[in-house]
Amino acid sequence: MTNEVTLTIDGKQVTVPEGTLVVDAAKKIGIDIPVFCYHPKMEPVGMCRMCLVDIGRPVRDRDSGEIVLEEDGSPKIQFGWKLDTACTVPVSEGMVVEGMTEKVQQGRQEIVELLLTSHPLDCPICDKGGECPLQNLTMAHGPGESRFIYDDKINFEKNVPLGDLIWLDRERCIQCARCIRFQEEIVDDAVLEFFNRGRATDIITNSEPGFDSYWSGNTTDICPVGALTTADFRFSARPWELKNAASICSHCPVGCNMTYNTRREAKSGGDIVIKRAMPLQNEWVNELWICDKGRFAYHFSDSEARLTQPLIRKDGKLTPTSWEEALALVADQFKNAGEGLLTLVSGRLPNEDLFNLRKLTEGLGGKSGLHSYMAGGDLVAQVGLGAGSNLADLGEGDAIVVIACDLEEEAPVWWLRVKAAAERGAKLIVANPRPTKLERYATEIIRYAYGEEVEAVERVAPLSEADNLVVFFGSEGIGLETSEALAQACANLVAELGRVGQPNNGLVGVWPRANTQGAWDIGFRPGFDLAEAKVVYIAGADPVGDDPALAETIMQADFVVVQELFLTETAELADVVLPAQAQTEREGTFTSGERRVQRFYPVVQPRGEARPDFDIAAQIGAKVGLALKGRFPSLVNPELCAETPGYEGLTYQRLAEVSDQWPIVGRGDLYYGGTGYENKQGLGVQLAPSGGYKVSKVSRQDIEKPDGEVIAVPITLLYDRGGMISPSEVLHPRLPEPFILVNPQDSKLLKTTDGMVVGISINDGETSNVVVWEDERIPAGTALVPRSMGVAINRPSTFEIRIAEAAAA
Amino acid sequence: MAFLPERARVDELFKGLWITFKSMFEKPVTVQYPEVKRPVRTRFRGRHVLNRYENGLEKCIGCSLCAAACPADAIFVESSENTDDERYSPGERYASTYEINMLRCIYCGYCEDACPTEAIVLEDNYELSFTDRFEAIYTKERLLLPVPEEGKPTPQEVPPGIFTRSVPVMADPTD
Ligand code: SF4
Ligand code: SF4
Ligand code: SF4
Ligand code: SF4
Ligand code: FES
Repeated sequence: MTNEVTLTIDGKQVTVPEGTLVVDAAKKIGIDIPVFCYHPKMEPVGMCRMCLVDIGRPVRDRDSGEIVLEEDGSPKIQFGWKLDTACTVPVSEGMVVEGMTEKVQQGRQEIVELLLTSHPLDCPICDKGGECPLQNLTMAHGPGESRFIYDDKINFEKNVPLGDLIWLDRERCIQCARCIRFQEEIVDDAVLEFFNRGRATDIITNSEPGFDSYWSGNTTDICPVGALTTADFRFSARPWELKNAASICSHCPVGCNMTYNTRREAKSGGDIVIKRAMPLQNEWVNELWICDKGRFAYHFSDSEARLTQPLIRKDGKLTPTSWEEALALVADQFKNAGEGLLTLVSGRLPNEDLFNLRKLTEGLGGKSGLHSYMAGGDLVAQVGLGAGSNLADLGEGDAIVVIACDLEEEAPVWWLRVKAAAERGAKLIVANPRPTKLERYATEIIRYAYGEEVEAVERVAPLSEADNLVVFFGSEGIGLETSEALAQACANLVAELGRVGQPNNGLVGVWPRANTQGAWDIGFRPGFDLAEAKVVYIAGADPVGDDPALAETIMQADFVVVQELFLTETAELADVVLPAQAQTEREGTFTSGERRVQRFYPVVQPRGEARPDFDIAAQIGAKVGLALKGRFPSLVNPELCAETPGYEGLTYQRLAEVSDQWPIVGRGDLYYGGTGYENKQGLGVQLAPSGGYKVSKVSRQDIEKPDGEVIAVPITLLYDRGGMISPSEVLHPRLPEPFILVNPQDSKLLKTTDGMVVGISINDGETSNVVVWEDERIPAGTALVPRSMGVAINRPSTFEIRIAEAAAA
Repeated sequence: MAFLPERARVDELFKGLWITFKSMFEKPVTVQYPEVKRPVRTRFRGRHVLNRYENGLEKCIGCSLCAAACPADAIFVESSENTDDERYSPGERYASTYEINMLRCIYCGYCEDACPTEAIVLEDNYELSFTDRFEAIYTKERLLLPVPEEGKPTPQEVPPGIFTRSVPVMADPTD
């Protein structure tokens, strides 16, 4: 237990742990000490001097060491001869802090006056105007009139693109270094720095391309002025005109809490549109941050390419039709399909939809399947994180194992939380065939060859000393079969310690989709036989897009129904295509990789005639004589919770529970924590693992190894060219051209050179063009092929490079 | 006495008629509206206009402050970015949509007060009549003043490097 210290701030007594900074102690009792450079998530630097306070300490007698008392018996307090910065001074016993005296007020006034010497009068058009700490603190503490001469203002460059996503206005910067420190301390991409000195101090980026980081958007939230703004939101609305709706990011298994800001827009024909995505505080999930994919890749919902009407195949062509006709046709085909029906889903769908789809399929006697290249969700349900886990609690004495994944690419926010845990002293074991960014913080690195994932887990030294153990497993370089073995090996690692069910202990799947874990929990499993199916019903998945070889198999089915946002490659083959609502248009729940069930809310109106997946399933159900709950997810959810193991007792009320969070963010306190939103909609509920897992030997006889001198292995990137990211044009400059990574040695073998465009064919499949990038960190004998980048790859495979073809193309 | 004398009632009648007769020779206080219109007072607040600079550029920078100040929520502004190839206003942005619902407006003039560039001004026109509700919504085209003689219509193509400020520099408001 740390020692507690009692001090007095503006006449109020407060008791806080030793080491707390005065500024935080004040915030805890609701006293505002204005800050610009201090941010509660970062180390203090004392650069802006805005937080000036008068600090007094009890006087001690030099000889006896006793506290000297005044005549009235109270301790004698000695104030410093100058003001102190509250953000750099830790509390001490008996300290007296004055923030309201004239001396302090005058000090702050002078600081504001100084900060404004060259600040432009841009508030009317500044994107920060209305939620700007500098505006607010100037109103509260400013002098009202400046002694500086207006004509002496220095004009700097405006509209400087720091990168493709972030703009800098040099005049507005107050040199607080929050952006620089965020990039260095929190996400370890030190791509920003100060340049020049004095009044000419400037923020520059030292990376190529500029501001090369997955986290750049967060700097606009914590920049206390409008110096940093996003290319997405730039000039598109004033903050006070925006409405907000709470949501959950749908791009990765972290389940970051977000607030979508919306406004009715004349340009869009009077529709309500999303103007920007902002982080919503959840200290158990994403703290105050979201990655740039979450922030900028929401444009799939407003894309012009969205399906708006049901389509049915007439004379070989997909033609628009009415829901009535489409549903009647579907129901007709489903009615007698029996065992021949296969329902295929992905982890993109919310729980309610998955539940209804499963009920419908079961009711019809059909089979269901999960389209995923990763297995192990059943094991995670058994040995997943204990309820009440928080990665922020991990530190000294705890251990984290991350295997077969590049955490920053696959689940960005986990990357920064695991990194922070390692910095707090947690033992971090990173096992991957090639170096990843997380290794900078690893206490132990296990390098293994692709294909030897299970052996790598076995190489992890016994962790029985660790107080807590969290294991993350991903899908780098592996296919479904190996994934199953890897999950089992990892589950063994967790279960051997015997702490299953305890908070901060357990297994976490770094899933390809936001709700893959939910799909497992509801009963969908990979490993189905597409060839056997007579009637195929695909919702929220694009198997043909991921593997063109499947096109033929799907075509063999008598009847194919696809429920989608876009006319995907799979949808193009379908007999009936049903337009589904995007996640932003309806409500529902997702189960994150940490098995936290979180609810999201409708943000915008549905596109065209699109309907939510759960309702479509219910409507088909009604036509085939199955009574499924439709219309509202709130009707489906109670059934889902009652019938899904582990979800018992979950209610909307529990999902909506909130508690006080530190640091304080939001409207009145945006100078302190940034412009992220305060969570009033619910923190979600972490499910308890079911336990009952028995450690058993991992069997992996039936996994074939491809032969060949160099084999292709799949990896996952954050910025790929998948259907959910490519509609966001703002991200296009950041999306790489399709590429493969090879060791220079192998490159020679393949007769390629660095930067060469070649044709690549995986397993004798279609040829697509890629750029060959040489990198000596890639293990020899493998070519890394990113998933969802135009080259279909599902597992380690043989491949062929076709140099001539690319040149021709 | 239960009634007034006859005499007194006749007196009153003539008194009244005399006033009527006298006023026949006075200058009338009414005017023959709409043929004749009385000039409005200097601080009269009638229908708004959106001003232009002499070169034809729009004064409005699409800041929405008028909409924020409006107690009747009568104004809707949507902004877009200016470029030197397509410049509407001197600053970084302009109002791509600007609408005032004259049925909601209470002619308080707060919008005029809030405007940092003196773009929206309540002028003298009080003759507003509509035959349907949509007509009462004045769009930017209806509010904008015509292009002055020496000016060019917007959008204008301007050479780069002239309009570098986010908000055009305004003369000192005290003079
Ligand atoms: S750009 Fe913003 S966050 Fe960065 S130093 Fe300037 S004011 Fe601070
Ligand atoms: S880390 Fe994942 S959940 Fe969070 S914003 Fe990024 S993509 Fe979305
Ligand atoms: S005059 Fe008053 S009510 Fe009318 S638009 Fe302006 S601010 Fe609104
Ligand atoms: S009229 Fe004035 S206050 Fe209104 S948006 Fe235009 S510049 Fe801003
Ligand atoms: S010096 Fe304390 S907040 Fe900047």
